[in-house]
Amino acid sequence: MTHLSLEQVGISFTRAGRTTEVLRDVDLKIDKGEFVSLIGHSGCGKSTVLNIVAGLLKASTGGVLLDGKEVNSPGPERAVVFQNHSLLPWLTVRENVALAVDKVLRSKKSRAERREWIEHNLALVNMTHAAEKRPHEISGGMKQRVGIARALAMEPKVLLMDEPFGALDALTRAHLQDQLMEIHLRLKNTVIMITHDVDEAVLLSDRIVMMTNGPSATIGEVLSVPLARPRKRLELVEDPTYTHARAEVLEFLYARHAKPAIAA
Amino acid sequence: MALGTTLGRVAAVKPEGARRPLVTRAALKGLALRIVPPLVVLAVFLLLWEVLCQRPGAGLPPPSRVVTEAWDIIAHPFYDNGGTDKGLFWHISASLQRVALGFTLAVIAGVMLGTLVGQSEWAMRGLDPIFQVLRTIPPLAWLPLSLAAFRDGQPSAIFVIFITSIWPIIINTAVGIRNIPQDYRNVAAVLRLNAFEFFAKVMLPSAAPYIFTGLRIGVGLSWLAIVAAEMLIGGVGIGFFIWDAWNSSHISEIIVALVYVGVIGFVLDRLVAGLGHLVTRGTATA
Ligand SMILES: Nc1ncnc2c1ncn2[C@@H]1O[C@H](COP(=O)(O)OP(=O)(O)O)[C@@H](O)[C@H]1O
Ligand SMILES: [Mg+2]
Repeated sequence: MTHLSLEQVGISFTRAGRTTEVLRDVDLKIDKGEFVSLIGHSGCGKSTVLNIVAGLLKASTGGVLLDGKEVNSPGPERAVVFQNHSLLPWLTVRENVALAVDKVLRSKKSRAERREWIEHNLALVNMTHAAEKRPHEISGGMKQRVGIARALAMEPKVLLMDEPFGALDALTRAHLQDQLMEIHLRLKNTVIMITHDVDEAVLLSDRIVMMTNGPSATIGEVLSVPLARPRKRLELVEDPTYTHARAEVLEFLYARHAKPAIAA
Repeated sequence: MALGTTLGRVAAVKPEGARRPLVTRAALKGLALRIVPPLVVLAVFLLLWEVLCQRPGAGLPPPSRVVTEAWDIIAHPFYDNGGTDKGLFWHISASLQRVALGFTLAVIAGVMLGTLVGQSEWAMRGLDPIFQVLRTIPPLAWLPLSLAAFRDGQPSAIFVIFITSIWPIIINTAVGIRNIPQDYRNVAAVLRLNAFEFFAKVMLPSAAPYIFTGLRIGVGLSWLAIVAAEMLIGGVGIGFFIWDAWNSSHISEIIVALVYVGVIGFVLDRLVAGLGHLVTRGTATA
């Protein structure tokens, strides 16, 4: 039943002759359709884990298996929503999505089907009205939505998101979280999302993976969030399961694995 | 007089502002602000030149005499008596054709070499020092060498254009390629773009603002070089025309030709800048 598995993943970087071990023995099994978030203090190695799964970085030890096959290069079946959206600024919103669709689904769908699929994905994130705009003409929240549409349009097996809402204001963030939950409910994608927002992690995830501080960071604890879906943020505020999960994560981050004061 | 104009302006603006938005008036004013100062400076310059060169023993003819003496070539740019006895239009068009050919070759080779240098650490280490030395060689210093190699003026002139304009294109392209954000490379990697798709869809557009900076410098240098090169190789061309006029002591014709050279150099620069603006959809700083 395991869909994606990280097996004893470790990585070291050598910079100016000095080698630092950033990750050690990261072990994680994820089921199909599961929404997993990765939480930990900044600099511990969350992005590094995600980049290894994406194939953008190579693990020094261990490896990643997707449906039993080893991952060793980037590919569209593991689509990435980057932290800073990474839309190509010379293309319009629609062209950004089209670049992905035309490349990835060229052999799977006819030209007309691809046009329709592009529009479908723009509609999925409510960006149809701004399809002709260029990235610099739209807000940060809209850019992230386009980034999500581009990733979803690749029909990925796994959706990887690196702090997708990190740079947004609280209201936009809440709105996009709701949209993401809705999309996840409909498409049942497997998702790994990095966040440093405890509420976001609890609200969205089936499981929360908490990482210890680096160097040699690893998974400290994994917490299941047995809340029924669809989840409504207002109803959850007083839900004991929700408040308990939230307390667990806070306890992990700020009591047992508090960040050394220097870095804050 | 200054007081008069100030008062006049105040009087003119007041009722306008009370009635309707002054869109057309503001636009006209902006245009006037851009055009009037250079015209004034030009008029003062011509006047000064006229006064200074009217005196007996002056080395250069005053502008009024330039116009009367060179009226033939001003009024008849299209005449063609065969050989090199042609109107200015034909000379300029011959020069422009050489520039077009040499510059086009330089763009193709320059963008490809620049991409190589920008993309590969090894190519950069090997080629960059060589480029840095070669680019300091003055354009005309290449001419004897290319004459020896091609044994003909026409390809030699084109080669001089090529070798003059290629360096800024290579160097700027390389900088543009090196500055492609890692994010774009990651996007391309996730999409599994092949080398050609990556070049056409990510590298070129991402580096375009830098490339067009190189092209602008390159086209300017080409125009500088062609006039000088044509003086030496002869044949039809604006450089030869100037040299020929000097040999026949037609100073007025030289002055008219220089005006053309300057204006065309300016137009070439604006043309490349405008193209850059169009291609990069306004993201270039050109
Ligand atoms: N390419 C790299 N070379 C050297 N060190 C790196 C590299 N990428 C990340 N690191 C180091 O690995 C650690 C974890 O980084 P990262 O995964 O970005 O953290 P997070 O996403 O949790 O904030 C940091 O200390 C960072 O300096
Ligand atoms: Mg990070």
